[in-house]
Amino acid sequence: MSLKNFKEALIEKIIFLSGIASIILVILIFIFLAKEGLSLFKSVHLGDFLLGRRWHPISEPPQFGVLPLILGSLFVTLGAAVISVPMGIASAIYIAEVAPPRMKEILKSGIELLAAIPSVVLGFIGMTTLVPFVKHHLNLPTGLTAFSGSVMLAFMAMPTIVSIAEDALTAVPQKYKEAALALGATRWQAIHRVILRAASSGIVAAVMLGIGRVVGETMAVMMITGNAVRMPTSLFQPVRTLTATIAAEMGETVRGSAHYHALFAIGIVLFVITFVINLIADWAVHRKLK
Amino acid sequence: MNLNDQTIGNDILPGDIRPHINTELQNGKPLFVSHRKPLEESLENPIPQIMVKELNFYYGRQKALSKVSLGIPAKKATALIGPSGCGKSTLLRTFSRMNDLIANARIEGTVTIDGRNIYDRDTDVVELRRRVGMVFQKSTPFPKSIYDNVAYGLRIVGIRDKKTLDQIVEKSLRQAVLWEEVKDNLGKSALALSGGQQQRLCIARALAVGPEILLMDEPCSALDPNATARIEELIFELKDDYTVVIVTHNMQQAVRVSDFTAFLYLGELIEFGSTQKIFTVPKDRRTEAYLTGKFG
Repeated sequence: MSLKNFKEALIEKIIFLSGIASIILVILIFIFLAKEGLSLFKSVHLGDFLLGRRWHPISEPPQFGVLPLILGSLFVTLGAAVISVPMGIASAIYIAEVAPPRMKEILKSGIELLAAIPSVVLGFIGMTTLVPFVKHHLNLPTGLTAFSGSVMLAFMAMPTIVSIAEDALTAVPQKYKEAALALGATRWQAIHRVILRAASSGIVAAVMLGIGRVVGETMAVMMITGNAVRMPTSLFQPVRTLTATIAAEMGETVRGSAHYHALFAIGIVLFVITFVINLIADWAVHRKLK
Repeated sequence: MNLNDQTIGNDILPGDIRPHINTELQNGKPLFVSHRKPLEESLENPIPQIMVKELNFYYGRQKALSKVSLGIPAKKATALIGPSGCGKSTLLRTFSRMNDLIANARIEGTVTIDGRNIYDRDTDVVELRRRVGMVFQKSTPFPKSIYDNVAYGLRIVGIRDKKTLDQIVEKSLRQAVLWEEVKDNLGKSALALSGGQQQRLCIARALAVGPEILLMDEPCSALDPNATARIEELIFELKDDYTVVIVTHNMQQAVRVSDFTAFLYLGELIEFGSTQKIFTVPKDRRTEAYLTGKFG
Protein backbone atom coordinates (compact mmCIF):
# COMPACT_ATOMS: atom_id res chain seq x y z
CA MET A 1 0.00 0.00 0.00
CA SER A 2 1.39 3.37 -0.93
CA LEU A 3 1.82 6.05 1.70
CA LYS A 4 -0.91 8.11 0.11
CA ASN A 5 -3.45 5.33 0.27
CA PHE A 6 -2.43 4.53 3.82
CA LYS A 7 -3.03 8.14 4.82
CA GLU A 8 -6.43 8.14 3.15
CA ALA A 9 -7.45 4.95 4.94
CA LEU A 10 -6.19 6.23 8.28
CA ILE A 11 -8.08 9.50 8.02
CA GLU A 12 -11.18 7.65 7.01
CA LYS A 13 -10.92 5.43 10.10
CA ILE A 14 -10.39 8.38 12.42
CA ILE A 15 -13.39 10.23 11.05
CA PHE A 16 -15.47 7.09 11.32
CA LEU A 17 -14.50 6.58 14.97
CA SER A 18 -15.25 10.20 15.87
CA GLY A 19 -18.59 9.97 14.15
CA ILE A 20 -19.61 6.78 15.87
CA ALA A 21 -18.28 7.83 19.29
CA SER A 22 -21.21 10.11 20.01
CA ILE A 23 -23.70 7.38 19.18
CA ILE A 24 -21.88 4.87 21.33
CA LEU A 25 -21.79 7.34 24.20
CA VAL A 26 -25.53 7.96 23.97
CA ILE A 27 -26.20 4.25 23.94
CA LEU A 28 -23.91 3.65 26.91
CA ILE A 29 -25.56 6.45 28.89
CA PHE A 30 -28.95 5.07 28.09
CA ILE A 31 -27.97 1.54 29.11
CA PHE A 32 -26.47 2.79 32.35
CA LEU A 33 -29.53 4.90 33.11
CA ALA A 34 -31.86 2.02 32.37
CA LYS A 35 -29.85 -0.51 34.37
CA GLU A 36 -29.62 1.68 37.47
CA GLY A 37 -33.12 3.11 37.19
CA LEU A 38 -35.12 0.06 36.28
CA SER A 39 -33.88 -1.98 39.25
CA LEU A 40 -36.05 0.28 41.42
CA PHE A 41 -39.08 -1.48 40.02
CA LYS A 42 -38.04 -4.76 41.61
CA SER A 43 -39.20 -3.29 44.91
CA VAL A 44 -41.52 -0.44 43.87
CA HIS A 45 -44.53 -0.71 41.60
CA LEU A 46 -44.33 1.43 38.43
CA GLY A 47 -47.80 2.89 39.10
CA ASP A 48 -46.85 3.84 42.64
CA PHE A 49 -43.74 5.50 41.31
CA LEU A 50 -45.35 7.57 38.55
CA LEU A 51 -48.64 8.36 40.28
CA GLY A 52 -47.61 8.31 43.91
CA ARG A 53 -48.24 11.62 45.60
CA ARG A 54 -45.53 11.32 48.26
CA TRP A 55 -41.81 11.55 47.82
CA HIS A 56 -40.33 10.50 51.17
CA PRO A 57 -37.21 8.59 50.15
CA ILE A 58 -35.66 8.35 53.60
CA SER A 59 -38.69 7.71 55.76
CA GLU A 60 -39.41 4.17 56.89
CA PRO A 61 -40.80 2.61 54.74
CA PRO A 62 -39.62 4.98 51.96
CA GLN A 63 -42.16 6.36 49.53
CA PHE A 64 -41.12 7.07 45.96
CA GLY A 65 -44.03 8.91 44.34
CA VAL A 66 -42.74 11.34 41.69
CA LEU A 67 -46.05 12.90 40.69
CA PRO A 68 -45.42 16.08 42.72
CA LEU A 69 -42.00 16.38 41.07
CA ILE A 70 -43.40 15.85 37.59
CA LEU A 71 -46.08 18.44 38.26
CA GLY A 72 -43.47 20.79 39.72
CA SER A 73 -41.44 20.54 36.51
CA LEU A 74 -44.61 20.92 34.46
CA PHE A 75 -45.75 24.05 36.32
CA VAL A 76 -42.39 25.74 36.02
CA THR A 77 -42.00 24.74 32.37
CA LEU A 78 -45.48 25.84 31.33
CA GLY A 79 -45.07 29.12 33.16
CA ALA A 80 -41.76 29.72 31.44
CA ALA A 81 -43.24 28.79 28.06
CA VAL A 82 -46.17 31.16 28.47
CA ILE A 83 -43.73 34.00 29.08
CA SER A 84 -40.91 33.14 26.71
CA VAL A 85 -42.72 31.83 23.63
CA PRO A 86 -44.72 34.96 22.70
CA MET A 87 -41.86 37.24 23.69
CA GLY A 88 -39.28 35.12 21.90
CA ILE A 89 -41.26 34.90 18.67
CA ALA A 90 -42.12 38.59 18.76
CA SER A 91 -38.50 39.56 19.21
CA ALA A 92 -37.44 37.15 16.46
CA ILE A 93 -39.94 38.83 14.11
CA TYR A 94 -38.64 42.22 15.11
CA ILE A 95 -35.02 41.23 14.50
CA ALA A 96 -35.68 39.41 11.24
CA GLU A 97 -38.24 41.64 9.59
CA VAL A 98 -38.55 45.04 11.18
CA ALA A 99 -35.35 46.21 12.83
CA PRO A 100 -33.00 48.47 10.88
CA PRO A 101 -29.64 46.79 10.17
CA ARG A 102 -27.72 48.38 13.05
CA MET A 103 -30.41 47.63 15.60
CA LYS A 104 -30.45 44.08 14.29
CA GLU A 105 -26.75 43.60 15.00
CA ILE A 106 -27.06 45.05 18.49
CA LEU A 107 -30.05 42.88 19.36
CA LYS A 108 -28.48 39.72 17.98
CA SER A 109 -25.35 40.14 20.04
CA GLY A 110 -27.52 40.99 23.05
CA ILE A 111 -29.39 37.71 22.67
CA GLU A 112 -26.15 35.79 22.29
CA LEU A 113 -24.85 37.41 25.44
CA LEU A 114 -27.98 36.35 27.30
CA ALA A 115 -27.31 32.77 26.19
CA ALA A 116 -23.78 33.02 27.56
CA ILE A 117 -24.83 33.81 31.14
CA PRO A 118 -24.31 30.71 33.31
CA SER A 119 -27.53 29.48 34.84
CA VAL A 120 -26.15 29.72 38.35
CA VAL A 121 -25.63 33.44 37.82
CA LEU A 122 -29.19 33.85 36.61
CA GLY A 123 -30.33 31.88 39.65
CA PHE A 124 -28.29 34.09 41.90
CA ILE A 125 -29.68 37.28 40.36
CA GLY A 126 -33.19 35.89 40.60
CA MET A 127 -32.70 35.00 44.23
CA THR A 128 -31.56 38.46 45.23
CA THR A 129 -33.89 40.55 43.05
CA LEU A 130 -36.86 38.63 41.70
CA VAL A 131 -37.66 36.53 44.78
CA PRO A 132 -38.03 39.46 47.20
CA PHE A 133 -39.93 41.37 44.51
CA VAL A 134 -42.44 38.55 44.05
CA LYS A 135 -42.83 38.08 47.80
CA HIS A 136 -43.41 41.76 48.40
CA HIS A 137 -45.65 42.68 45.48
CA LEU A 138 -47.80 39.57 45.39
CA ASN A 139 -47.99 39.52 49.15
CA LEU A 140 -46.87 35.90 49.48
CA PRO A 141 -45.35 34.15 52.48
CA THR A 142 -42.32 33.36 50.34
CA GLY A 143 -40.99 34.53 47.00
CA LEU A 144 -39.45 31.12 46.29
CA THR A 145 -42.27 29.94 44.01
CA ALA A 146 -42.89 28.17 40.72
CA PHE A 147 -43.71 31.58 39.27
CA SER A 148 -40.30 33.02 40.13
CA GLY A 149 -38.69 29.95 38.59
CA SER A 150 -40.78 30.39 35.45
CA VAL A 151 -39.70 34.00 35.02
CA MET A 152 -36.01 33.17 35.40
CA LEU A 153 -36.28 30.14 33.11
CA ALA A 154 -38.06 32.23 30.53
CA PHE A 155 -34.86 34.28 30.31
CA MET A 156 -32.95 31.10 29.69
CA ALA A 157 -35.30 29.83 27.01
CA MET A 158 -35.42 33.17 25.20
CA PRO A 159 -32.01 33.03 23.49
CA THR A 160 -32.72 29.57 22.10
CA ILE A 161 -36.18 30.53 20.89
CA VAL A 162 -35.14 33.88 19.47
CA SER A 163 -32.06 32.74 17.61
CA ILE A 164 -33.59 29.63 16.07
CA ALA A 165 -36.87 31.36 15.19
CA GLU A 166 -34.93 34.27 13.72
CA ASP A 167 -32.92 31.89 11.55
CA ALA A 168 -36.16 30.31 10.36
CA LEU A 169 -37.68 33.70 9.52
CA THR A 170 -34.57 34.90 7.73
CA ALA A 171 -34.51 31.68 5.70
CA VAL A 172 -37.94 32.45 4.22
CA PRO A 173 -37.19 33.45 0.62
CA GLN A 174 -37.42 37.18 -0.02
CA LYS A 175 -39.70 36.39 -2.95
CA TYR A 176 -42.58 35.49 -0.64
CA LYS A 177 -42.40 38.86 0.98
CA GLU A 178 -42.18 40.65 -2.36
CA ALA A 179 -45.11 38.70 -3.74
CA ALA A 180 -47.25 39.49 -0.71
CA LEU A 181 -46.40 43.18 -0.86
CA ALA A 182 -47.06 43.22 -4.61
CA LEU A 183 -50.58 42.02 -3.85
CA GLY A 184 -51.15 45.04 -1.69
CA ALA A 185 -50.35 43.50 1.67
CA THR A 186 -49.10 45.76 4.42
CA ARG A 187 -45.85 44.85 6.11
CA TRP A 188 -47.62 43.20 9.03
CA GLN A 189 -49.97 41.28 6.73
CA ALA A 190 -47.01 39.97 4.79
CA ILE A 191 -45.33 38.92 8.02
CA HIS A 192 -48.16 37.15 9.74
CA ARG A 193 -49.92 35.52 6.81
CA VAL A 194 -47.00 34.55 4.65
CA ILE A 195 -43.65 34.76 6.38
CA LEU A 196 -44.75 33.27 9.71
CA ARG A 197 -46.59 30.53 7.85
CA ALA A 198 -43.59 29.70 5.74
CA ALA A 199 -41.32 29.67 8.80
CA SER A 200 -43.78 27.82 11.02
CA SER A 201 -41.87 24.54 11.19
CA GLY A 202 -38.67 26.31 12.24
CA ILE A 203 -40.58 28.31 14.81
CA VAL A 204 -42.13 25.19 16.32
CA ALA A 205 -38.68 23.66 16.50
CA ALA A 206 -37.38 26.80 18.22
CA VAL A 207 -40.15 26.66 20.81
CA MET A 208 -39.60 22.97 21.46
CA LEU A 209 -35.85 23.35 21.91
CA GLY A 210 -36.45 26.31 24.21
CA ILE A 211 -38.83 24.23 26.29
CA GLY A 212 -36.38 21.35 26.23
CA ARG A 213 -33.81 23.64 27.76
CA VAL A 214 -36.26 24.68 30.49
CA VAL A 215 -37.20 21.10 31.39
CA GLY A 216 -33.57 20.12 31.77
CA GLU A 217 -32.48 23.22 33.67
CA THR A 218 -31.40 22.48 37.22
CA MET A 219 -29.31 25.05 38.99
CA ALA A 220 -31.45 28.18 38.70
CA VAL A 221 -34.58 26.21 39.45
CA MET A 222 -33.08 24.71 42.56
CA MET A 223 -32.13 28.16 43.81
CA ILE A 224 -35.45 29.87 43.16
CA THR A 225 -38.39 27.51 43.33
CA GLY A 226 -38.25 26.69 47.02
CA ASN A 227 -37.88 22.91 46.62
CA ALA A 228 -40.86 21.94 48.75
CA VAL A 229 -42.00 18.43 47.86
CA ARG A 230 -45.75 18.62 47.74
CA MET A 231 -48.50 18.48 45.18
CA PRO A 232 -48.51 21.93 43.62
CA THR A 233 -51.88 23.60 43.26
CA SER A 234 -50.86 27.04 42.11
CA LEU A 235 -47.95 28.81 40.44
CA PHE A 236 -47.42 30.90 43.54
CA GLN A 237 -46.25 28.06 45.76
CA PRO A 238 -42.85 26.56 46.28
CA VAL A 239 -42.37 23.47 44.10
CA ARG A 240 -39.69 20.88 43.52
CA THR A 241 -38.73 19.84 40.00
CA LEU A 242 -37.40 16.51 38.75
CA THR A 243 -33.99 17.95 38.01
CA ALA A 244 -33.62 19.70 41.37
CA THR A 245 -34.50 16.46 43.15
CA ILE A 246 -31.72 14.54 41.47
CA ALA A 247 -29.18 17.30 42.03
CA ALA A 248 -30.13 17.83 45.67
CA GLU A 249 -30.34 14.21 46.78
CA MET A 250 -27.74 12.35 44.74
CA GLY A 251 -24.95 13.28 47.15
CA GLU A 252 -26.77 11.80 50.14
CA THR A 253 -27.73 8.41 48.79
CA VAL A 254 -26.05 5.14 49.37
CA ARG A 255 -24.93 3.59 46.14
CA GLY A 256 -27.19 0.67 45.27
CA SER A 257 -29.96 1.66 47.68
CA ALA A 258 -33.59 2.03 46.59
CA HIS A 259 -33.26 5.82 46.90
CA TYR A 260 -30.26 5.74 44.57
CA HIS A 261 -32.17 3.71 42.01
CA ALA A 262 -35.20 6.00 42.38
CA LEU A 263 -33.10 9.01 41.39
CA PHE A 264 -31.98 7.17 38.27
CA ALA A 265 -35.61 6.35 37.56
CA ILE A 266 -36.32 10.09 37.73
CA GLY A 267 -33.52 10.46 35.22
CA ILE A 268 -35.36 8.07 32.93
CA VAL A 269 -38.55 10.13 33.30
CA LEU A 270 -36.63 13.27 32.36
CA PHE A 271 -35.00 11.48 29.47
CA VAL A 272 -38.38 10.39 28.14
CA ILE A 273 -39.80 13.93 28.46
CA THR A 274 -36.93 15.61 26.62
CA PHE A 275 -36.87 12.82 24.06
CA VAL A 276 -40.54 13.41 23.27
CA ILE A 277 -39.96 17.16 23.02
CA ASN A 278 -37.07 16.62 20.63
CA LEU A 279 -39.18 14.22 18.60
CA ILE A 280 -41.86 16.88 18.23
CA ALA A 281 -39.25 19.45 17.22
CA ASP A 282 -37.79 17.04 14.70
CA TRP A 283 -41.20 16.22 13.29
CA ALA A 284 -41.95 19.92 12.97
CA VAL A 285 -38.75 20.62 11.10
CA HIS A 286 -39.23 17.84 8.60
CA ARG A 287 -42.96 18.16 8.23
CA LYS A 288 -44.05 18.97 4.72
CA LEU A 289 -47.17 20.80 3.77
CA LYS A 290 -49.80 18.31 2.72
CA MET B 1 -62.53 38.72 -24.89
CA ASN B 2 -63.11 39.92 -28.40
CA LEU B 3 -60.18 38.07 -29.81
CA ASN B 4 -60.88 35.29 -32.21
CA ASP B 5 -59.25 32.03 -31.41
CA GLN B 6 -57.45 31.69 -34.67
CA THR B 7 -55.06 34.49 -33.83
CA ILE B 8 -54.10 32.94 -30.53
CA GLY B 9 -51.27 30.52 -30.63
CA ASN B 10 -50.40 31.12 -34.24
CA ASP B 11 -46.78 31.78 -34.83
CA ILE B 12 -46.71 35.48 -35.40
CA LEU B 13 -43.51 36.61 -37.00
CA PRO B 14 -42.16 40.14 -37.33
CA GLY B 15 -44.17 41.88 -39.98
CA ASP B 16 -47.19 39.72 -39.32
CA ILE B 17 -49.51 42.32 -37.91
CA ARG B 18 -52.72 41.81 -36.11
CA PRO B 19 -55.65 43.73 -37.58
CA HIS B 20 -56.48 45.94 -34.65
CA ILE B 21 -53.00 47.34 -34.52
CA ASN B 22 -52.96 47.82 -38.23
CA THR B 23 -55.93 50.14 -38.25
CA GLU B 24 -54.35 52.35 -35.69
CA LEU B 25 -51.28 52.65 -37.78
CA GLN B 26 -53.29 53.53 -40.82
CA ASN B 27 -54.72 56.48 -39.00
CA GLY B 28 -51.32 57.95 -39.52
CA LYS B 29 -50.55 58.58 -35.87
CA PRO B 30 -46.90 58.27 -34.98
CA LEU B 31 -46.95 55.70 -32.26
CA PHE B 32 -43.34 55.81 -31.24
CA VAL B 33 -41.38 58.24 -29.19
CA SER B 34 -37.69 58.40 -28.61
CA HIS B 35 -36.27 59.93 -25.47
CA ARG B 36 -34.60 62.63 -27.50
CA LYS B 37 -37.87 63.86 -28.89
CA PRO B 38 -40.07 66.24 -26.93
CA LEU B 39 -42.31 64.54 -24.43
CA GLU B 40 -45.46 65.85 -26.05
CA GLU B 41 -45.12 63.35 -28.82
CA SER B 42 -45.62 60.45 -26.48
CA LEU B 43 -48.92 61.99 -25.46
CA GLU B 44 -50.17 61.15 -28.89
CA ASN B 45 -50.15 57.50 -27.92
CA PRO B 46 -53.66 56.18 -27.48
CA ILE B 47 -54.63 56.98 -23.88
CA PRO B 48 -51.36 56.58 -21.99
CA GLN B 49 -52.12 55.21 -18.56
CA ILE B 50 -48.63 55.20 -17.17
CA MET B 51 -46.62 58.34 -17.90
CA VAL B 52 -42.94 58.23 -17.09
CA LYS B 53 -41.18 61.56 -17.15
CA GLU B 54 -37.45 62.18 -16.88
CA LEU B 55 -36.95 59.18 -14.64
CA ASN B 56 -33.53 58.63 -13.09
CA PHE B 57 -32.92 55.66 -10.88
CA TYR B 58 -29.88 54.90 -8.73
CA TYR B 59 -28.77 51.85 -6.81
CA GLY B 60 -26.47 53.60 -4.39
CA ARG B 61 -24.11 55.47 -6.71
CA GLN B 62 -24.79 53.35 -9.71
CA LYS B 63 -27.23 54.88 -12.15
CA ALA B 64 -29.64 52.28 -13.48
CA LEU B 65 -32.05 54.48 -15.42
CA SER B 66 -31.24 57.74 -17.08
CA LYS B 67 -33.84 60.30 -18.17
CA VAL B 68 -36.41 57.75 -19.22
CA SER B 69 -39.67 59.19 -20.55
CA LEU B 70 -42.47 57.23 -22.11
CA GLY B 71 -46.22 56.82 -22.06
CA ILE B 72 -47.62 53.32 -21.73
CA PRO B 73 -51.06 53.03 -23.30
CA ALA B 74 -54.07 51.62 -21.49
CA LYS B 75 -55.39 48.13 -22.29
CA LYS B 76 -52.50 47.26 -24.55
CA ALA B 77 -49.51 45.01 -23.99
CA THR B 78 -46.23 46.85 -23.87
CA ALA B 79 -42.96 44.96 -23.94
CA LEU B 80 -39.76 46.24 -22.38
CA ILE B 81 -36.77 44.71 -24.13
CA GLY B 82 -33.03 45.13 -24.03
CA PRO B 83 -29.84 43.30 -23.04
CA SER B 84 -29.31 42.15 -19.43
CA GLY B 85 -28.69 45.01 -17.06
CA CYS B 86 -30.28 47.60 -19.33
CA GLY B 87 -32.72 48.62 -16.62
CA LYS B 88 -35.89 47.08 -18.00
CA SER B 89 -36.79 45.25 -14.80
CA THR B 90 -35.90 48.28 -12.73
CA LEU B 91 -38.23 50.41 -14.83
CA LEU B 92 -41.03 47.87 -14.49
CA ARG B 93 -40.67 47.72 -10.73
CA THR B 94 -40.92 51.48 -10.36
CA PHE B 95 -44.52 51.26 -11.60
CA SER B 96 -45.68 49.59 -8.39
CA ARG B 97 -42.96 51.04 -6.20
CA MET B 98 -41.44 47.62 -5.56
CA ASN B 99 -38.10 49.42 -5.49
CA ASP B 100 -39.15 50.83 -2.11
CA LEU B 101 -37.88 47.55 -0.65
CA ILE B 102 -34.33 48.15 -1.82
CA ALA B 103 -32.33 49.82 0.89
CA ASN B 104 -30.27 52.42 -0.96
CA ALA B 105 -32.28 52.94 -4.12
CA ARG B 106 -33.04 56.51 -5.12
CA ILE B 107 -35.40 57.86 -7.73
CA GLU B 108 -35.79 61.19 -9.54
CA GLY B 109 -38.52 62.26 -11.93
CA THR B 110 -42.14 61.21 -11.95
CA VAL B 111 -44.24 58.17 -12.74
CA THR B 112 -47.85 59.16 -13.23
CA ILE B 113 -50.64 56.62 -13.29
CA ASP B 114 -54.07 57.92 -14.26
CA GLY B 115 -52.91 61.46 -13.71
CA ARG B 116 -51.37 60.99 -10.26
CA ASN B 117 -47.68 60.90 -9.53
CA ILE B 118 -47.20 57.68 -7.59
CA TYR B 119 -44.02 59.05 -6.02
CA ASP B 120 -45.94 61.82 -4.26
CA ARG B 121 -45.55 61.80 -0.55
CA ASP B 122 -49.21 61.09 0.11
CA THR B 123 -49.41 58.06 -2.20
CA ASP B 124 -50.91 55.04 -0.48
CA VAL B 125 -48.46 52.36 -1.62
CA VAL B 126 -50.69 49.49 -0.50
CA GLU B 127 -53.56 50.90 -2.53
CA LEU B 128 -51.23 51.48 -5.50
CA ARG B 129 -50.08 47.87 -5.47
CA ARG B 130 -53.64 46.66 -5.48
CA ARG B 131 -54.20 48.59 -8.70
CA VAL B 132 -50.89 47.57 -10.20
CA GLY B 133 -50.43 43.81 -9.96
CA MET B 134 -47.11 42.12 -10.47
CA VAL B 135 -46.00 38.69 -11.65
CA PHE B 136 -42.40 37.77 -11.02
CA GLN B 137 -39.76 35.97 -13.00
CA LYS B 138 -39.69 33.02 -10.64
CA SER B 139 -43.18 31.92 -9.78
CA THR B 140 -43.81 32.68 -6.15
CA PRO B 141 -46.75 30.65 -4.87
CA PHE B 142 -47.01 30.85 -1.10
CA PRO B 143 -46.64 27.55 0.76
CA LYS B 144 -50.41 27.34 1.06
CA SER B 145 -53.18 25.62 -0.83
CA ILE B 146 -54.12 26.71 -4.35
CA TYR B 147 -57.33 28.25 -3.04
CA ASP B 148 -55.59 30.13 -0.23
CA ASN B 149 -53.02 31.49 -2.66
CA VAL B 150 -55.66 33.10 -4.85
CA ALA B 151 -57.73 34.21 -1.88
CA TYR B 152 -54.74 35.79 -0.14
CA GLY B 153 -55.11 39.24 -1.66
CA LEU B 154 -58.81 39.23 -0.88
CA ARG B 155 -58.50 38.09 2.69
CA ILE B 156 -55.98 40.78 3.55
CA VAL B 157 -58.57 43.42 2.73
CA GLY B 158 -61.01 41.70 5.00
CA ILE B 159 -63.16 39.72 2.56
CA ARG B 160 -64.26 36.75 4.64
CA ASP B 161 -67.50 35.78 2.97
CA LYS B 162 -67.01 32.24 1.66
CA LYS B 163 -69.33 32.74 -1.30
CA THR B 164 -67.61 35.91 -2.50
CA LEU B 165 -64.21 34.28 -2.07
CA ASP B 166 -65.29 31.14 -3.95
CA GLN B 167 -66.62 33.27 -6.75
CA ILE B 168 -63.57 35.46 -7.20
CA VAL B 169 -61.18 32.51 -6.83
CA GLU B 170 -62.99 30.62 -9.57
CA LYS B 171 -63.20 33.67 -11.83
CA SER B 172 -59.50 34.47 -11.40
CA LEU B 173 -58.44 30.88 -12.00
CA ARG B 174 -60.59 30.80 -15.12
CA GLN B 175 -59.06 34.05 -16.35
CA ALA B 176 -55.64 32.55 -15.83
CA VAL B 177 -56.78 29.42 -17.71
CA LEU B 178 -55.95 27.22 -14.78
CA TRP B 179 -59.40 26.40 -13.47
CA GLU B 180 -59.99 23.24 -15.46
CA GLU B 181 -56.69 21.75 -14.27
CA VAL B 182 -57.10 22.47 -10.57
CA LYS B 183 -60.82 22.72 -9.84
CA ASP B 184 -60.90 19.34 -8.10
CA ASN B 185 -57.78 19.98 -6.08
CA LEU B 186 -58.16 23.48 -4.72
CA GLY B 187 -57.01 22.31 -1.31
CA LYS B 188 -53.76 20.89 -2.64
CA SER B 189 -50.49 22.69 -1.91
CA ALA B 190 -49.63 25.19 -4.62
CA LEU B 191 -46.06 23.95 -4.47
CA ALA B 192 -47.17 20.64 -5.95
CA LEU B 193 -48.11 22.30 -9.25
CA SER B 194 -45.83 22.32 -12.28
CA GLY B 195 -43.75 25.40 -13.04
CA GLY B 196 -46.13 26.65 -15.71
CA GLN B 197 -49.16 26.03 -13.52
CA GLN B 198 -47.48 27.85 -10.63
CA GLN B 199 -46.89 30.87 -12.85
CA ARG B 200 -50.51 30.86 -14.00
CA LEU B 201 -51.54 30.57 -10.36
CA CYS B 202 -49.49 33.67 -9.60
CA ILE B 203 -51.25 35.45 -12.43
CA ALA B 204 -54.62 34.35 -11.05
CA ARG B 205 -53.56 35.56 -7.62
CA ALA B 206 -52.63 38.94 -9.04
CA LEU B 207 -55.90 39.18 -10.98
CA ALA B 208 -58.03 38.28 -7.97
CA VAL B 209 -57.21 41.59 -6.34
CA GLY B 210 -58.75 43.38 -9.30
CA PRO B 211 -55.85 45.41 -10.68
CA GLU B 212 -56.03 47.63 -13.76
CA ILE B 213 -52.41 47.19 -14.66
CA LEU B 214 -50.46 43.94 -14.73
CA LEU B 215 -46.68 44.04 -14.60
CA MET B 216 -44.82 40.91 -15.64
CA ASP B 217 -41.12 40.51 -15.06
CA GLU B 218 -39.88 37.85 -17.48
CA PRO B 219 -42.81 35.59 -16.58
CA CYS B 220 -41.72 32.78 -18.89
CA SER B 221 -37.97 32.73 -18.43
CA ALA B 222 -38.09 29.68 -16.15
CA LEU B 223 -40.65 27.77 -18.18
CA ASP B 224 -40.47 25.20 -20.97
CA PRO B 225 -41.76 26.13 -24.47
CA ASN B 226 -45.15 24.54 -23.88
CA ALA B 227 -45.84 26.38 -20.66
CA THR B 228 -44.46 29.54 -22.26
CA ALA B 229 -46.95 29.28 -25.11
CA ARG B 230 -49.81 28.99 -22.66
CA ILE B 231 -48.74 32.03 -20.69
CA GLU B 232 -48.34 33.99 -23.91
CA GLU B 233 -51.86 33.07 -25.02
CA LEU B 234 -53.03 34.21 -21.64
CA ILE B 235 -51.25 37.57 -21.87
CA PHE B 236 -52.74 38.02 -25.29
CA GLU B 237 -56.22 37.64 -23.85
CA LEU B 238 -55.58 39.65 -20.73
CA LYS B 239 -54.64 42.79 -22.59
CA ASP B 240 -58.27 43.27 -23.62
CA ASP B 241 -59.08 44.04 -20.02
CA TYR B 242 -55.78 45.06 -18.48
CA THR B 243 -52.85 47.25 -19.26
CA VAL B 244 -50.04 44.74 -19.50
CA VAL B 245 -46.38 45.65 -19.23
CA ILE B 246 -44.03 42.75 -19.78
CA VAL B 247 -40.27 42.56 -19.44
CA THR B 248 -38.81 39.94 -21.70
CA HIS B 249 -35.43 38.94 -23.04
CA ASN B 250 -37.13 36.86 -25.68
CA MET B 251 -37.68 39.04 -28.72
CA GLN B 252 -40.01 36.60 -30.42
CA GLN B 253 -42.14 36.77 -27.32
CA ALA B 254 -42.26 40.56 -27.51
CA VAL B 255 -43.44 40.26 -31.10
CA ARG B 256 -46.02 37.63 -30.24
CA VAL B 257 -47.69 39.29 -27.29
CA SER B 258 -47.10 43.03 -27.37
CA ASP B 259 -48.61 45.98 -29.19
CA PHE B 260 -45.87 48.36 -28.18
CA THR B 261 -42.22 47.85 -27.50
CA ALA B 262 -39.69 49.91 -25.60
CA PHE B 263 -36.02 49.18 -26.21
CA LEU B 264 -33.71 50.08 -23.37
CA TYR B 265 -29.95 50.06 -23.49
CA LEU B 266 -27.56 50.97 -20.66
CA GLY B 267 -30.33 52.59 -18.64
CA GLU B 268 -31.59 54.76 -21.47
CA LEU B 269 -34.74 54.43 -23.48
CA ILE B 270 -33.49 54.15 -27.03
CA GLU B 271 -36.72 53.66 -28.85
CA PHE B 272 -40.40 53.26 -28.08
CA GLY B 273 -43.16 52.61 -30.55
CA SER B 274 -45.51 50.06 -32.00
CA THR B 275 -44.04 46.60 -31.88
CA GLN B 276 -44.51 46.27 -35.60
CA LYS B 277 -42.46 49.37 -36.35
CA ILE B 278 -39.72 48.62 -33.87
CA PHE B 279 -39.20 45.17 -35.27
CA THR B 280 -39.50 46.04 -38.95
CA VAL B 281 -38.18 49.57 -39.31
CA PRO B 282 -36.22 50.46 -36.16
CA LYS B 283 -35.17 54.09 -36.15
CA ASP B 284 -32.06 53.74 -34.07
CA ARG B 285 -29.13 51.66 -35.26
CA ARG B 286 -28.63 50.31 -31.71
CA THR B 287 -32.14 48.91 -31.78
CA GLU B 288 -31.47 47.35 -35.11
CA ALA B 289 -28.18 45.92 -33.94
CA TYR B 290 -29.84 44.39 -30.87
CA LEU B 291 -32.75 42.96 -32.80
CA THR B 292 -30.49 41.39 -35.38
CA GLY B 293 -28.44 39.79 -32.64
CA LYS B 294 -25.29 41.86 -32.99
CA PHE B 295 -25.16 42.23 -29.19
CA GLY B 296 -27.15 41.34 -26.13
